[in-house]
Amino acid sequence: MKLKRLAISEEGFVFDPETGNSYTVNETGLLILKKLREGLSPEEIAGIMSEEYGISREEALRDIQDFLEAMARFGLWEEKYG
Amino acid sequence: MKKPYQKPTILKLQVGFLREKKSSLSRMVRQEIDGVPVAELVEKFGSPLFVFSEKRLREQFRYLKRLFEGHYPRVEFSWSYKTNYLDAICRIFHQEGATAEVVSNFEYEKARRLGVPGDQIVFNGPYKPKEILRQAVLEGARINVDSLDEILDLEEIARETGEKLRIGLRVNMDTGIYPRWDRFGFNLESGEVLNVARRIAAGGKLEVVGLHCHQGTFILEPEAYGRAAEKLVDLSQKLENDFGWTIEYLDLGGGFPSRNRLKGLYLPPEVAVPPLSEYAEKIARALLTRLPAGDYPLLILETGRALVDEAGFLITTVRALKRLPDGRRAYILDAGVNLLFTAFWYHFRVEVEREIPGPPEPCVLYGPLCMNIDVVEESALLPPLARGTRLVLSPVGAYNVTQWMQFITYRPRVVLVTEKGNVEVIREAETLEDIVRREKIPEHLK
Repeated sequence: MKLKRLAISEEGFVFDPETGNSYTVNETGLLILKKLREGLSPEEIAGIMSEEYGISREEALRDIQDFLEAMARFGLWEEKYG
Repeated sequence: MKKPYQKPTILKLQVGFLREKKSSLSRMVRQEIDGVPVAELVEKFGSPLFVFSEKRLREQFRYLKRLFEGHYPRVEFSWSYKTNYLDAICRIFHQEGATAEVVSNFEYEKARRLGVPGDQIVFNGPYKPKEILRQAVLEGARINVDSLDEILDLEEIARETGEKLRIGLRVNMDTGIYPRWDRFGFNLESGEVLNVARRIAAGGKLEVVGLHCHQGTFILEPEAYGRAAEKLVDLSQKLENDFGWTIEYLDLGGGFPSRNRLKGLYLPPEVAVPPLSEYAEKIARALLTRLPAGDYPLLILETGRALVDEAGFLITTVRALKRLPDGRRAYILDAGVNLLFTAFWYHFRVEVEREIPGPPEPCVLYGPLCMNIDVVEESALLPPLARGTRLVLSPVGAYNVTQWMQFITYRPRVVLVTEKGNVEVIREAETLEDIVRREKIPEHLK
């Protein structure tokens, strides 16, 4: 799985050892990455985010999809769960 | 109260943009190397010039040796020749007590020529020509076998000598790091190692006395070494039980990082590279918790880069100035990727020989080759430099003086600043004669 080999720091620095590219994610981005790595689905993560940040599940899910699209553009996200 | 929500973002980091933060002019100036002024070095020995510090070499070796010995009772450092096989550099490490780790006939012969006895040589590498393999066997070298074909060669040599040969097995395994180097030796998880062991035992000509595992290069994960050590101990116990061999040494190879800035890493090496003490601790913990008390096989480490990289500098001179179409400044140096193979992996520390007024700005450092790839640094942050300004690049002690190319131009001098502060030439600059000496012109072209 592509996500597994990313080096992700607590400060939100992300390093892809395959391409040598580095990225920075904000707090919510970091949360999503971590939860994806734990094997949670976007729907489950949306539940957590709506709990933690007091936003609707729909909004959370939409933002997660948007985030995953950005990841896909960087070649960090390949398909639905990996 | 709920935390304030921010939409998730991911931004790709651009090199030039990142490096502005912590740069300050004072950090970028280097007037001397171990007390010898940069200007004096260039006046006497020319530019470009590789400079090694004997003091740093010895200090780093002693530090690492004592560090590991403080964690585990039996440690041997075997100097990785390919990292830097200049005679003087090897001599320093041998004087400090390192054995030699070689991977080819050339390196084996170079170690022997330097007076290293065969039994002080660890012989690795995927291709050991039969002749040198025979010599290594007769001279008692520790031979770590990479393939089944090599086992066949060794069995043949054993038949010639009439003696059972003692060998090490090179093992590759999953230690949780990426990329996994699985082309060397025999795979552990697939059971290949045990199959090979059975084959060796059935042949009756060889005896396995050591295990070797080299995981990769510039490994930033100390725990990976802990896992490798654990797996080797488990394997050694299995081999001892199943085949009655005694595993006398566990060789964890090299791959320890130096304080160099790997391309793609955002954090400076002081933060990104774990201290070597963490590696020592993880390895020792894995060994000491799994080995029976009192039974301590020799731990061999083939540390190269971590010993030599930071002791090497390259002095180079700005020979021309340019402005690129996108507005950036560019400088043409007299040293390029012909001398700095590791420029492909690292952002070197770039220091100027004296303080130069003016705001630092992003610039590109090009080498002197007529090749697009000849980029020493794609994004340095330097004040406006005048032609003739000298720069000091570091750390460059590892791999450059072995992987450098004779291409387009000559290779320069290499000097050593001794512990007493004298400067000795340890490799002369190349001349035309050096390069053409091996060429021949057929009669009809004369």
